[in-house]
Amino acid sequence: MTDAFAAGPGPMISLLSPEGERLTHPEHDWLLDDDTLRATYRDLVLVRRLDVEATALQRQGELGLWAPLLGQEAAQVGAGRAMARQDHAFPTYREHGLAWVLGVDPLQLLSLFRGCDQGSWDPAEHRLHLYTIVIGDQVLHATGYAMGVQRDGAVGTGDPSRDAAVLACFGDGASAQGDVSEAFTFAGVMNAPVVFFCQNNQFAISAPPDRQSRVPLYRRADGFGFPGVRVDGNDVVAVHAVTSAALDRARRGEGPMLVEAFTYRMGAHTTSDDPSRYRTQADVEQWRHRDPLVRVRRYLERAGAVDAAFLADLDAEAEAFAERLRADLRALPDPAPATLFDHVYATPHAQVEAERAWFETYQASFASEEAH
Amino acid sequence: MATTLTLAKALNTGLRRALESDPKVLVMGEDVGRLGGVFRVTDGLAKDFGDDRVVDTPLAESGIIGTAIGLALRGYRPVCEIQFDGFIYPAYDQLVSQLAKLHYRSGGRLRMPVVVRVPFGGGIGAVEHHSESPEAYFAHTAGLRVVACSNPADACAMIQQAVRGDEPVMFFEPKRRYWDKGEVPDDVVDGSSIAAGRAPALYVARVLRPGTDVTVAAYGPTVATALAAADVAAGEGRSLEVVDLRTLSPLDLDTLTASVRRTGRLVVVHEATTFLGMGAEIAAAVTERCFHSLEAPVLRVGGFHTPYPPARLEDHYLPDLDRVLDAVDRALAF
Repeated sequence: MTDAFAAGPGPMISLLSPEGERLTHPEHDWLLDDDTLRATYRDLVLVRRLDVEATALQRQGELGLWAPLLGQEAAQVGAGRAMARQDHAFPTYREHGLAWVLGVDPLQLLSLFRGCDQGSWDPAEHRLHLYTIVIGDQVLHATGYAMGVQRDGAVGTGDPSRDAAVLACFGDGASAQGDVSEAFTFAGVMNAPVVFFCQNNQFAISAPPDRQSRVPLYRRADGFGFPGVRVDGNDVVAVHAVTSAALDRARRGEGPMLVEAFTYRMGAHTTSDDPSRYRTQADVEQWRHRDPLVRVRRYLERAGAVDAAFLADLDAEAEAFAERLRADLRALPDPAPATLFDHVYATPHAQVEAERAWFETYQASFASEEAH
Repeated sequence: MATTLTLAKALNTGLRRALESDPKVLVMGEDVGRLGGVFRVTDGLAKDFGDDRVVDTPLAESGIIGTAIGLALRGYRPVCEIQFDGFIYPAYDQLVSQLAKLHYRSGGRLRMPVVVRVPFGGGIGAVEHHSESPEAYFAHTAGLRVVACSNPADACAMIQQAVRGDEPVMFFEPKRRYWDKGEVPDDVVDGSSIAAGRAPALYVARVLRPGTDVTVAAYGPTVATALAAADVAAGEGRSLEVVDLRTLSPLDLDTLTASVRRTGRLVVVHEATTFLGMGAEIAAAVTERCFHSLEAPVLRVGGFHTPYPPARLEDHYLPDLDRVLDAVDRALAF
């Protein structure tokens, strides 16, 4: 028996080589022109800067935790840029690049990891659901949402401003969760307009993909009756092309699809993790040659689409962005204590209200002591 | 005027009204469509409202709740059926980690109008996992509301009210009482009293039988047991006040403590294990509030701290009329 992983990643769609050379593929064309790719490069640079900054802020004690996306920028930015205005996405807790593309204020991501709230952006406005920490739960939510899209008659009408699809994000670890299999089942039998977007970043904290699946992840789709493909997750052009095609297909009413973005988590699982216990620096260096940003810059430079001034400006923008982020984060106030009782229920609940009243009286007792 | 319905038919009627009154209401679960549910509670709904609104789902409970959450996020109002109490645990994570918390996590932005119907309790001679009472797990979870109906009139009204609300409701149905008949007011059957807000509020307990000596609080299938015990006790010259709790989260402590202040004694009856069950919380809460009115400790009558036993033993496990009366005797002996 052959080991699919030992044999390498297998068939994988690539459109931009690590050296920045344009590649061709029989089924997928470049959908990004040089101007769009330049804007995409800006996304990648700023998202990486956000991530590096957040990791540093955690080390300084400003965040309780951070889940770095370092290395996964292309997978997320490529997928986010493939979404139509009426599409919705259901993220894990590491989807900072997707959040960026969908216009979520990065401060709101930091605010969550600082412990000020549990997700303060408006999912309807940004079409990005709240971060989900229990692994795989959101994949079912995405599938249910897609079943709602079907019931709204917003699929397969041929109206490009109406037909919608849903992007369900998860990782290689989550692929082992029962909820992900159940989501595949529901989506398959309902023919729901959902694209299962799996970022295989090679680690579920420490465990490799061959501890999650006997077969390459994209082939998991076979048994559920829909197609699966593997794309170079560090190639933003290919991720964008493949995810666009999958979302288009779903919007046309042709059903779900699994896209495995083959990438590598360059950072730790979270700032609480120590990757040196389960991988070598040599492994990491190997992937550094496949960096998702470098190849785009090389291509743009070669194509004459960016010059030194553009790159210098972008550096300055990233610097200013980071500085603003640091200042804004440090200025975030802690929520008022009694707000912990807010929104447990949509309408008053006797037990919660009784506890809130007790707590407010208790808090006030200290204030009156201070006054004396 | 009123119509006589079984509890199952009363629920069916309530669901029909809910589907009629709002096109966003969906019914979903295992075998709820063509079959009409294993207890026929959804009988005829798929035929009249279509497969898109009365959805036969794959056999996967977590999938049912997880996709219902997604449908709610898209603006739908799913009513999920979990086929039997003992099959709810595969959905536990979606219920407790997601459904219960999304309103809170989102700072109130995301409403979760999802009702989860659960036939619960024993007494039907069933095999394992078909007779359980898991309500305390859910009442313990902030963000979920938990109710239990005990008779056809309440069943018909409460299911309509639960579906109209904007919050997740765990709706427990006493399966051994599905075939019990009762009068359902016509303005509940036609939904008009629900739409007009004239029906009794969902989250209140009701005194079903006034009395003076001991309060007996019950919910779901044990309400009938408590009423039967009150009949027998009356023959022995003892006056029991029977309170149907109806709502377990929130608990209507106002109604309950008012009763206990009158009688000075409280017996709580449920099928679920007494250890850390609803009766434990009720005993603590009532003691805190009514300490000086109590003539006896609050006593609990319920299941033992064992798994639900084989059917041939369930009569010994379930709190019956004699065990309720035994507790009444003990309360009066203090």
